[in-house]
Amino acid sequence: MRCRLRIRILLIATMTVPAIPIALAAQRQNRPVVIASKPFGESYLLAEMFSQLLESRGFRVDRKPGLGATEIAFGALRTDAIDAYPEYTGTGLIAILHDTLPDSVAADPRAVFAHVARRFANLYRVRWLPPLGFQNTYAIAVTRSTSSRYHLRTLSDLARESSHLTAGFTADFIGRSDGLVGLSRVYGLRPRAVRPLAPAVKYQALASGAVDVIDGYSTDGLLARYDLVTLIDDKHFFPPYEAAALVSSRLDSQVPGAIAALTLLSGRLDEKTMRQLNRRVEVDGEDVRRVAGDELVALGLTGAAHDAQAAPSAWKSGFVEYLWDRRATIAALTVRHLELVAFALFAAVIIAVPLGLGLERTRRIAEPTIGALGVLQTIPSIALLAFMIPLLGVGVAPALVALGLYALYPIARGTYTGVRDADPDAVAAAEALGTTPTQRLLWVRLPLAAPVIMAGIRTAAVITVGAATLAAFIGAGGLGEPIVAGLALADTRMILSGALPAAALALAVYGILAIVELLVTPAHRRKRFWRRRTEGPDAIATPAA
Amino acid sequence: MPISLAARNVSHRFGNVVALDDVSIDIPAGRATALVGESGSGKTTLLRCFNRLVEPDRGQVMVGDKDVRTQSPVSLRRGIGYVQQHGGLLPHWRVLRNVELVPTLQHMPDSADAARRALELVGLSSAQFGSRFPHELSGGQRQRVALARSIAARPGVILLDEPFGALDAISRAELQESFDNLRHDLAVTTLLVTHDLAEAGRLAEEVVVMRKGRIEQRGSMRDLIRAPATDYVARLIDRARAGLEALRA
Repeated sequence: MRCRLRIRILLIATMTVPAIPIALAAQRQNRPVVIASKPFGESYLLAEMFSQLLESRGFRVDRKPGLGATEIAFGALRTDAIDAYPEYTGTGLIAILHDTLPDSVAADPRAVFAHVARRFANLYRVRWLPPLGFQNTYAIAVTRSTSSRYHLRTLSDLARESSHLTAGFTADFIGRSDGLVGLSRVYGLRPRAVRPLAPAVKYQALASGAVDVIDGYSTDGLLARYDLVTLIDDKHFFPPYEAAALVSSRLDSQVPGAIAALTLLSGRLDEKTMRQLNRRVEVDGEDVRRVAGDELVALGLTGAAHDAQAAPSAWKSGFVEYLWDRRATIAALTVRHLELVAFALFAAVIIAVPLGLGLERTRRIAEPTIGALGVLQTIPSIALLAFMIPLLGVGVAPALVALGLYALYPIARGTYTGVRDADPDAVAAAEALGTTPTQRLLWVRLPLAAPVIMAGIRTAAVITVGAATLAAFIGAGGLGEPIVAGLALADTRMILSGALPAAALALAVYGILAIVELLVTPAHRRKRFWRRRTEGPDAIATPAA
Repeated sequence: MPISLAARNVSHRFGNVVALDDVSIDIPAGRATALVGESGSGKTTLLRCFNRLVEPDRGQVMVGDKDVRTQSPVSLRRGIGYVQQHGGLLPHWRVLRNVELVPTLQHMPDSADAARRALELVGLSSAQFGSRFPHELSGGQRQRVALARSIAARPGVILLDEPFGALDAISRAELQESFDNLRHDLAVTTLLVTHDLAEAGRLAEEVVVMRKGRIEQRGSMRDLIRAPATDYVARLIDRARAGLEALRA
């Protein structure tokens, strides 16, 4: 029964690939302290300092660096999916609370902190720890030559000349009321064009003249590197952006020791120090762990050189060497990536194949149903991932659900059309000769549809490998993690250390599933399959006379 | 054992279209009957009532001495041979396995032998063709395999729905001849649907002319020619004759 063998291969193929063990169950009890960051250099650095500080005091820490942006990180904190991340009071005031304060209050960092801390405690039961000691406000920056050419010194100057200028802003900034929206309202800023840029590339874009003005942070290491001019906020539009640890109610109520440890950093970091630290990470390409560790030692908060594992990520060493140094990390990330893909795909197959078979029996609702799945596909992956946070928090679970939802469409479509179009004459004859519906399905429809179903699964697998890189934005790990971190830290090699394995993985998955597809192709078509590959399309129609 | 067929006051509609309008017919065991008519005349619908591919709105359909509704469609169909216009061979199964289908469904202990014998009966060597895939055969050979599949489990009745309709003239004539011999050898009841009056006359002892869901006339080909019951039957015969004469000229 070769046909059964092929069905078995099809089933095994769809079931064993994902059978890599993974402990999904989030341990609510006794879980480590989850420290997150947003996807830019300083946030990584502060989160790493939080983490090392806690570890030095004996806490287990789970790092979730690079969470999407403010909405995702704060959403995760509110639902106790994470325990702490570095945030800025101005962001809390405007982007989260949407509060406007009288000018006299808004200009006073202490008053803003008090307001924000009180409101967060009341509204979200989330606590701001005392500020770390520095402000990091938005720095709207232009090159020195642009500044002298248009006589730009203040944001009012910029607004006056803005119709000649192209802005390159981060997506976060474009959408925020304390970003472009507010600048347009208060200053009348109307750039000729606004290009959304990833944080990592905006400095290069400015230096190369692709854009004329960018949003930076006042403590960015790159402001100095590119010799940029920061324009003065002459209307005091930006509120104070004091950095502080924002902690979840869970941590606040259940792990007071961790709160005490984190508070040790309050008031200890000034702007000059922060700029230097950022510079070491963003300009010199030093490893975040090392920079964070050095600073904690310098502040006398931890003992010396505890983290021998951190590989130096200096620019000088070659790329291959860099990859080799990080091989253990890359391997672990690849395994996690595969787990994400495999589980999401497995779940999608379990749902979409029976769905496709069911729709073939109830064809009236087939197209609307598959169309609805297709609509899911049009939701940008990052948005779909973000939608999951209120429901499932951050980490692996929401990523699996989102990736699984993405994979449904190609598999359901392949199954439905494959089974529907499987040789109608053969199906009709099998029925007329007394086969049961199950026998028709197993003997005729599935074997004939198998290549089409497998093609759907293959498409879904490749899409999932790609989309899974975005899962890093919601803390699910995988090869997206170095990509997100590399983008945040402007570290091309770090980006490539995630992107290249991800691309290789996509090709490998594609190739392996192509072989599976060949194995499940019915014998009568397999020969033609080869002939088509070797002789071109004319060779397909060969009825023997 | 040949089995008789009967339909009593059978009516059926597809939506608003009347496919069968109070049709009654008896087909004695062992006889060959042809249902002739244009598309839409109801001939295929009537044929499909006997193996419950169509469940008529009204009337009674008998296979042997049993109402078809008293049997499950699956077991009913396993006892009735069936050949359709495009043979409907399973393309991923080799010839022998295709022919073995019904014997396997009936759990016959020697199903492979039955399949081989059936292939020889339709004039195909099982050694030469048994291990081929359908796409490796000519159209005529494929219909022979379909015919072999329909008789492999030795049913008492075979239903044929335009079995030779898609073949070229020479394959068609050859296959008609094989079929004629075969059915006499097997002494099986056959019900043949065709739009070709000449084919009907050649293969069937009784011809039933259908039109708009009703039976216009039934009788031997000779009866029809000698005394067409309606204008429609007369026209049908004239047309078939004109076709033959055009060939002679």
